[in-house]
Amino acid sequence: MTEQVTGAQALIRSLEAAGVDTVFGIPGGAILPAYDPLLDSTKVRHILVRHEQGAGHAAEGYAQATGKVGVCMATSGPGATNLVTPIADAHMDSVPMVAITGQVPSAAIGTDAFQEADICGITMPITKHNFLVTDPADIAPTIAAAFHIASTGRPGPVLVDISKDALQAQVEFVWSGTPELPGYRPVTRPHAKQIREAARLLTEAKQPVLYVGGGVLKAHASAELKVLAELTGAPVVTTLMARGAFPDSHPQHLGMPGMHGTVAAVTALQRADLIVSLGARFDDRVTGKLDTFAPHATIVHADIDPAEISKNRTADVPIVGDAREVIADLVVAVQAEQEAGRRGDYTGWWTQLNDWRDRYPLGYDLPDDGTLSPQLVIERLSAISGPETIFAAGVGQHQMWAAHFIKHERPYTWLNSGGAGTMGYSVPAAMGAKVGMPETTVWAIDGDGCFQMTNQELVTCALNNIPIKVAIINNGSLGMVRQWQTLFYNQRYSNTDLHSKHIPDFVKLADAMGCVGLRCDNPDDLDATIKQAMEINDRPVVVDFVVHQDAMVWPMVAAGTSNDEILAARDQRPDFGDGEE
Amino acid sequence: MSKHTLSVLVENKPGVLARITALFSRRGFNIDSLAVGTTEHPDISRITIVVAVEDLPLEQVTKQLNKLVNVLKIVELDPSQSVQRELLLVKVRADHETRSQIVEIVQLFRAKTVDVSPDAVTIEATGGADKLDAMLRMLEPFGIKELVQSGVVAIGRGARSITDRSLRPVERSA
Repeated sequence: MTEQVTGAQALIRSLEAAGVDTVFGIPGGAILPAYDPLLDSTKVRHILVRHEQGAGHAAEGYAQATGKVGVCMATSGPGATNLVTPIADAHMDSVPMVAITGQVPSAAIGTDAFQEADICGITMPITKHNFLVTDPADIAPTIAAAFHIASTGRPGPVLVDISKDALQAQVEFVWSGTPELPGYRPVTRPHAKQIREAARLLTEAKQPVLYVGGGVLKAHASAELKVLAELTGAPVVTTLMARGAFPDSHPQHLGMPGMHGTVAAVTALQRADLIVSLGARFDDRVTGKLDTFAPHATIVHADIDPAEISKNRTADVPIVGDAREVIADLVVAVQAEQEAGRRGDYTGWWTQLNDWRDRYPLGYDLPDDGTLSPQLVIERLSAISGPETIFAAGVGQHQMWAAHFIKHERPYTWLNSGGAGTMGYSVPAAMGAKVGMPETTVWAIDGDGCFQMTNQELVTCALNNIPIKVAIINNGSLGMVRQWQTLFYNQRYSNTDLHSKHIPDFVKLADAMGCVGLRCDNPDDLDATIKQAMEINDRPVVVDFVVHQDAMVWPMVAAGTSNDEILAARDQRPDFGDGEE
Repeated sequence: MSKHTLSVLVENKPGVLARITALFSRRGFNIDSLAVGTTEHPDISRITIVVAVEDLPLEQVTKQLNKLVNVLKIVELDPSQSVQRELLLVKVRADHETRSQIVEIVQLFRAKTVDVSPDAVTIEATGGADKLDAMLRMLEPFGIKELVQSGVVAIGRGARSITDRSLRPVERSA
């Protein structure tokens, strides 16, 4: 199939050939040629956002909910630099994304031309790879390569910067799929010997933990994980990026580990004799003070990215491979062990784990003054909207409460900014998720601080029939920062009071943006308000949940300290029987 | 910290050197020396990098380099199994009294005099770092007016070639 077209037409045809159905973006000078043929495309829906950051997070939300590559588009200069935050976010959380940016004409590159920015240089450390295209003949193969790189191996963002003259020039359109990439060959098949060793260790261990990260979701390995967990009987912890990969209701699930993890999950890792890490990366928010993390554990570390293995914690058994293949092979290897009469005995371990779980369950105190508890709001949202609902959280206290108090039962229903911690993620990510999964209820759980960073995308939602629901957990402040000021800065609340219980009026703001605005500040109205929001499906809904200001996230391991120092609640160190209570 | 010499084969494309040097700086590694040039394959460039790191961070930097899409292959060259050379050009103050002493040093180190003027001599020398350092120490008393040095280039001993092998698919492992 060859035909003389413009570079811009070649771009749109390439996107169609790559299977793209949605692009989030904003036009501008340098990308303008691409927007003309976009108008004629019957396959690609372009959603005109209000800020490029919104386009980027929407592409992430779309990708995380559907598993497909998310696509965003922006013009040169400020359009491109506004994509930097979501690109960095996608890089930290391994989200498959292709960002397409216009660039000034190739003759003007390097002259500080109007709206020129070296976006390839700027995004070099925060993309999996990026390309500058100045020859129209390179457009189709580069788009093919970009989608291949973004979606295979460890997924990530790829940026394609195309000069305006390349978009305008005539070229013969040829779509021949992914070009040869001699330096890109991700290993997906794990090494059989390492798998056998891991299975042997699982059989011999007395206190193992399956430490599950986002890689298990990326690899679509939730079903395999359940088989492995039930075959071995080992406890499972799921990181912030892996919530939903293993059902919260499963008796072997200890919850989330890390700085705000459950006592059982944090302590299980800490006291484990074997940690089998599956698609996780021993992030500092999980390990706490690294040299005191899980001091007695042998480490099996499986990851598709060889550079993650032994980066933070040295692995005793390194396994490079796709999580699904790793887990499937582990199942076979463990079965072989069991058929040979070797089976792990974790009875004593479970007695210990159940004791921790019973004595230090997740919980919260209702406010004495009868005001609304943020944790209760989130718990009721989850209960009323059901397990198939997609939740997209912002960053901060509400994110941690959502990680704990939503019942995460299914994969791809929990979207959040884990590695980068990007405030403002949730509204545009929820928008992207809703576009990808239009039949599913999508709730953004946002803080009043986060919401004020990207709420303009509700206009996009209202105009494009994207009826998301937004729960603002409004405590009037930058809650997580305020919590740290409470605990570590003598209650000196420097610049964390946002006054957002008064200004802006979120109900009026929602109304002005073409959404339904509701408010709830009384526990007695909570369920009725949520049900009312659930019934509105022709427009976006924003609910301003005015909550108690002083609620805190517990459990907590203070930054820079050992996970042994976990506090179940304020001034309450669990009794581990070590006399250090 | 021990010094390691890495030979990095990369696609000969714009911006590849920037990707590599940027990776070193953002991951907190220092480059001691760097030399870039084409190879017998016009599509492949070879970058020789000398880094001073411990073994564990070296493994990490190698893995991170391997993730760059334009990087084809990385080989660490053992000093005893490879030839490592750098080139040095140095302009030394010389008058009719000192010139012959300088020329004697040049001969001693099997270097070359490449330019002479009434009050200076320019010397070209190649060799390992030790030899070049020793020569410079000998020349220093005469007065070094200008000095320029290349990065180390290195090649493995024996008949095998790393570029040949790189053209076959390379299996990467941890």
